[in-house]
Amino acid sequence: MKFMKFVLAASLVSFNVQAFESSDKLLLTGGVNQLEGSAGGGLTPWALIGGYGTQEQIGANAFYTNVAISDYNLVSTGALVGIHDRVELSYAHQSFDTKDVGTALGLGYGFKLKQSIFGIKVKLIGDAVLDQDSWLPQIAFGIQYKKHEQGKIVRSVGAKDDKSFDFYLAGTKIFLAQSILANVTLRATEANQLGILGYGGDRINHHQLMIEGSVAYLLTRKIAVGVEYRTKPNNLNVASEDAWFDAFVAWAPMKNVSATLAYAYLGNIVLNQDQSSLYTSIQLGF
Amino acid sequence: MKILIAFFVLFASNIFANDLSTYKALGEEVGLTKVVDDLMVNLLKDERTKRFFEKADQKRIKEKLVEQFCMELGGPCKYTGQSMSRSHKGQDIKHSHFFALVELLQQAMDKHKIPSTAQNKLLAKLAPMHKDIINK
Ligand code: HEM
Repeated sequence: MKFMKFVLAASLVSFNVQAFESSDKLLLTGGVNQLEGSAGGGLTPWALIGGYGTQEQIGANAFYTNVAISDYNLVSTGALVGIHDRVELSYAHQSFDTKDVGTALGLGYGFKLKQSIFGIKVKLIGDAVLDQDSWLPQIAFGIQYKKHEQGKIVRSVGAKDDKSFDFYLAGTKIFLAQSILANVTLRATEANQLGILGYGGDRINHHQLMIEGSVAYLLTRKIAVGVEYRTKPNNLNVASEDAWFDAFVAWAPMKNVSATLAYAYLGNIVLNQDQSSLYTSIQLGF
Repeated sequence: MKILIAFFVLFASNIFANDLSTYKALGEEVGLTKVVDDLMVNLLKDERTKRFFEKADQKRIKEKLVEQFCMELGGPCKYTGQSMSRSHKGQDIKHSHFFALVELLQQAMDKHKIPSTAQNKLLAKLAPMHKDIINK
């Protein structure tokens, strides 16, 4: 219900922002906001700079994402600014509802674990859209600074820190003649479940290299369908962690609104095996 | 995994397809002429692109665009216009103008129900020309 209200409010806002729309990148070529706030797919940051600003422009967007997981719920909200199609600054706040597991851990039913993520991404070379005569992808380097709000609690499950940096290198190519987008991201991280369970652990306590991949098919210029895969560390003794997988459809009916719907398989999360989820996200551009 | 494999099969089969299917999907010369006519209408209406084309020889540009698109898609035409660098030099065309033109072309192709796959094949041919058009 809350979500519906948000969508309604969102669509009202969009009619207003349309009046001063001045961002000229093509639909969906700024990606959507991934869970940690960077432009990408749902799970993975891409090399694309978010927002629809071209090299002469500044684009921005805000997003609301809800992941309804078998035994949990994750809400991620945030915003990003894309500056001259070169630099992207992003912010996301994640709130992870532990529901029954909160009770089991003695935190109380529905206890929420929270973290903030500040991101910066810089495009290094290539242009995923324009350079159709080259195999070189667009390549970007990014950093996500993650800060947990409940250091004491995540330490009690074995995490070693309440703040950490993720570093990643992403390569994205749109094969326009084939209507396909492909992305590979390499990430050095010590975050447990994105950082929702803190950073580093009693099993492994250093950055490790993870691989993330996305492939999307551009059904029309407004609709893309795709799959994503993301490997994750396994730092904690008490709560093993699995790679994530999703299948998504992203729809941009116009420049300043997009919606993403996905099925995501999240594997083991704390005490619960085989967690699957429904991912819904709305993004508003300015 | 199955989906992933399907993507790659699709991908591979597209790379090696080198035929006139895109040219035909765009309606050959007759279809291209309709699309380009509508493109010019759009260019003259849009605030971002209008000032470039108002005073230009619109009839000639349309004619040359049809030749160019036809040739790029392997059709039986010869492009007789000027080079892209020559015809866009000194016009101060920015990325935003370039993408605006692409968007207006997409809208013109949408109007004529050109399938998205064929649209993207044409755009893939045109996109690299940005090097001779933007900021020249
Ligand atoms: C891939 C994109 C583009 C292609 C394929 C293209 C193609 C062409 C062609 C074939 C001509 C005719 C050349 C001749 O007269 O011999 C032309 C001329 C022209 N183009 Fe483009 N063009 C592109 C992008 C743009 C953009 C983004 C603008 C500005 C918004 C623009 C503005 C013009 C103008 C004003 C002329 C006429 C120049 C003159 O008066 O001589 N073009 N273009």
